[in-house]
Amino acid sequence: MSSFAKNIIRFCLFILVQIYVLNQVPPLHELVTPYLYFLFILWLPFKMGRRTLMVLAFAIGFCLDCFTKTYGLHTAPCVLIAYVRPFLINLLISQEGAESNYNEPSIKSMGFTPYFTYVAILTLLHHTMLYFLQALQAGGYLYFILKVLISTAVSLLLILLTELLFVRKQRFRTNTV
Amino acid sequence: MRNIFLFIRIYFNFIFFLFLMGISFFMLFNYNRFHHTVYSSTAGEITGKVNKQFNDVEYYFKLKRTNDSLVKANAVLYNKLKQDFELPDTVSRLAIDTLRIDTLPFQRKYLYLPAKVVGNSVSQTNNYLQLHRGSLQGVTADLGATDINNAVVGTVVDVSNNYCVVMSLLHRQSNISAKLKKSGETGSIIWDGVQPNVVILKDILKDVKVSRGDTIITSGFSDKFPYGLVIGTVMGIENDKTSSTFIIKVKTAANFYNLQFVYIINNLQKGEPQQLLKSVKKTNE
Repeated sequence: MSSFAKNIIRFCLFILVQIYVLNQVPPLHELVTPYLYFLFILWLPFKMGRRTLMVLAFAIGFCLDCFTKTYGLHTAPCVLIAYVRPFLINLLISQEGAESNYNEPSIKSMGFTPYFTYVAILTLLHHTMLYFLQALQAGGYLYFILKVLISTAVSLLLILLTELLFVRKQRFRTNTV
Repeated sequence: MRNIFLFIRIYFNFIFFLFLMGISFFMLFNYNRFHHTVYSSTAGEITGKVNKQFNDVEYYFKLKRTNDSLVKANAVLYNKLKQDFELPDTVSRLAIDTLRIDTLPFQRKYLYLPAKVVGNSVSQTNNYLQLHRGSLQGVTADLGATDINNAVVGTVVDVSNNYCVVMSLLHRQSNISAKLKKSGETGSIIWDGVQPNVVILKDILKDVKVSRGDTIITSGFSDKFPYGLVIGTVMGIENDKTSSTFIIKVKTAANFYNLQFVYIINNLQKGEPQQLLKSVKKTNE
């Protein structure tokens, strides 16, 4: 399947899972809101340009916002992590030429520790921005900080589970035919 | 000039980032204006259709609970029928009014419109319901909504052709005028974002006697809800030391986890008091 078709399917699946599974789960606690949809942005191919990344991030954020009727609340954090993503990848990629050998960021292409640092930093960034925007409307310091930390932990757990359950097959690509 | 173009080319990504961020902040902070235009044009219809598809499945699993609550609501209505009551005195008898034309006609004030809930959330800080009934079916903004047992659910905020959005009681900006049924003190119902199905009643003075289990009803001051609809029952009373009022926790009568049908209450006599208020405001200015 082409990368294009795969990403379209992923887009729809992530949005549907976020709206109809994670947002429907009765809240475990006021501080816990699991988020998974932004994994779409983290899984986009290495080769994608920064502008395309940001446009796609804007699209998925806006799509979710339309369903939750909070326009802009998820869009802003998505655009932010799409902008920061290439910097992080450049910093964290350990193997020489991994960007050209593999299609997209994963445990296999980046190694477990760098990949999870990458995921953790972007998740934290996403949640901080999201809850900051929410705290502007209502809430206090402690509530904000606790909510960011606990929700990040829960989201990371979910991402880890997703990575373990849905192993993405990645072919090693070389220039030699 | 050349330098400007060069600058734009070098920092194009950053400028583009700022531009997209700008749009999202604009959407976020001009919420009301933006929401109205986007929702009523396209977003409402599209999200409504998707939500409807999902709800068709979800509704099937909740048929039993929906049915039970309908039976309960029906029983309440049957108990209000005239034939359930009897005059205890045998001397007096029921006279049938033979006058064909009622000289004092009742005027309908509230009209109930049933609506199917297609989207609902309880886990966000601001929760909305989406209903499958829109401007083509007679819904306008600022109407009240109640659940099957006539307990308050929220207020209609946005309408598209076939769908509308209700701001539920579980919303930071929700503010509904309420009354203690026993003593008649009025306050307002808000939500602190902590627990679904639990809202806060504020502005009740400390010298008022409140106890657990007291019923909270709508005051009838706003034009959205008639007087006396149940909002909930008192769950706990907190003594706010910084003010002279209580903070009363209220368990909502409507169960927000399981809403499949709601009634939208259309106030047909809304225009006149509004006009009056407007003219009063004008003269005071």
